[in-house]
Amino acid sequence: MTKLILSRVLQTLLVVFFLVTFVFFAVRAIPGNPFVSEKKTTEQERAALEAYYGLDKPLPVQYFNYWKNILTRGDFGDSLGMKGRKVSTLIKESFPVSLKLGLLSLFFGLIIGIPLGIIAALYHNKWQDYIAMIVAMAGICVVAFVLGPIFQLVFGKPLPILNVAGWSRSSDILLPAITLCFGVAAYLARLTRGGMLDVLSQDYIRTARAKGVPTMKIITKHAMRPALMPAVTYLGPAFAAIITGSFVVETIFLVPGMGQHFVTGITSNDYNLVLGLVLFYGILMGIANLLSDIALLFMDPKLRKA
Amino acid sequence: MEATIEKNNLPEQDVEKGTSLWADAYTRLKKNKLAMIGGIIVIAILFLCFILAPILSFFGFSANSQDLDKTFSGIGQNGYILGSDNLGRDLMMRVLEGGQISLLVAILATVLTVTIGIIYGGIAGYVGGRIGGFMMRIVDGLLAMPFLIIVILFREIIGGHVNETAHFLTSEWGWHKDTVDRFANLIPLTLAIAGFGWLTMGRIVRASAASLAKQEFVEAARSLGLSHRRILFRHMLPNMLGPVIIYATLTIPSFILYEATLSFIGLGIEPPNSSWGKLIKEGANFLESYPTVLVIPAILFSLTLFAFNFLGDGLRDALDPKASKD
Repeated sequence: MTKLILSRVLQTLLVVFFLVTFVFFAVRAIPGNPFVSEKKTTEQERAALEAYYGLDKPLPVQYFNYWKNILTRGDFGDSLGMKGRKVSTLIKESFPVSLKLGLLSLFFGLIIGIPLGIIAALYHNKWQDYIAMIVAMAGICVVAFVLGPIFQLVFGKPLPILNVAGWSRSSDILLPAITLCFGVAAYLARLTRGGMLDVLSQDYIRTARAKGVPTMKIITKHAMRPALMPAVTYLGPAFAAIITGSFVVETIFLVPGMGQHFVTGITSNDYNLVLGLVLFYGILMGIANLLSDIALLFMDPKLRKA
Repeated sequence: MEATIEKNNLPEQDVEKGTSLWADAYTRLKKNKLAMIGGIIVIAILFLCFILAPILSFFGFSANSQDLDKTFSGIGQNGYILGSDNLGRDLMMRVLEGGQISLLVAILATVLTVTIGIIYGGIAGYVGGRIGGFMMRIVDGLLAMPFLIIVILFREIIGGHVNETAHFLTSEWGWHKDTVDRFANLIPLTLAIAGFGWLTMGRIVRASAASLAKQEFVEAARSLGLSHRRILFRHMLPNMLGPVIIYATLTIPSFILYEATLSFIGLGIEPPNSSWGKLIKEGANFLESYPTVLVIPAILFSLTLFAFNFLGDGLRDALDPKASKD
């Protein structure tokens, strides 16, 4: 078990290293310059700014310095677009927002998706199955940027507790979280159905049926745990995807999360901001995958022995 | 009793008629109503966007001509079949031409994905061993990276170069500016999506190539002294088409979705071009007073995703009955 976790951690570090290296050179290859904005900057001003942020040095030196600052001081550098702000402060401010939104929509996704998948599997090829799968497909196809505006229209006006956009009251999290949850719920439903169908055709379930164990008990005691494994494997990547994938939902509902920083970072050539976010995201993805691996270890004794 | 007698009297060729894998699959697909409906909708949408829209624009319908006296017409008002938008542009033409871009990006990217996937995955699976393993480790590493982020970066980088080339073509070589701009806008997005989208296809192809490479007919081909290329593309490829077709059909809607997401956050298709994602974004601004501006592109967009997904699921059930659990 420790061996598996260790190899996972190592793998994550490797991926993060390559990711940062790739993105470091990629953002610098994007046409444009961080210091050319609407306000005219003279050549000297630009040179001075580049010197201040160390962008006048050769690329390998910049690259080396970037790692040195992170590893020795935990410093992600200054934002080039938002003057005087550190990338780490921006992440510190926006990450809790994205995290809260992500966790809540993941929770909604779980309580909708898993029961839907179980029902579909139990009534395999009956109308309940078809309806559940059409609903799940709708969750995949009617995407967040279609649902979001519609939710704003439908719920915003008649229910004054729900703000159409913004992030000032605690109830403001509800609409974006609900909008985000359907995609996750849909995938979870499909995975749970697949896992459940797999398990229900196994011999030990037939044995339990033959012994006369009631269906409800078969599901909760015998079938549930192995059937949920594909869904749990998906949860790790899904969580990480929700956190950055909320770009769209964050724009619709004006949520001050990480997504907006990424988009503005790209369009304003804010190298440090983009790089910091990608690095942070890479680590987050590694942690999420690790957690879902550990959960799988607890669920499947066969994996623990290996 | 009677039935058996009758059967025995039948001419032999009627009894022994075999069915090919593809004919079998087609019979199975025909039974799947959702998949058939999906297929029909896919064909209908392709027809509307790529055949009807050019014909209509030939007869004077335009997606870009503005008429500020006739903004936000309802369905059927002012001579607009599906109404008009905030600048008085024909919504029907905008949806159809936007669909052209969305579908073109997705289909072109899928074609690239399939090509790269077959070559890379095929070689990795056929060669196998250390080299094949190493090739797949690279794919695994790239797959672990956040897709959307990498695609956005790629698009921005490629976009700069393509714009330079487009400028060169129009100013130096005198190419038609509108056409060049249209493609200049589409190519970076397509390349960016395909550049990272082929990874899963590569994996799928490798898996089936690796299992085929161990079979007798490949060994026979090898002992006949055929070249590796011929074995891979003439003998193995036809046997890998099933999973490739299934996955390609499911790739198209996911690419349509990526294109729309990027265009929605403003990092995809740029004006004056439009795509479904862009139209939905524009429509969202006026949703409260004029819902048709959002609803019409949204319906066509979602319907397309539905249709492709159901068709893909149906094809999987039909071509690969063993693997069709979820």
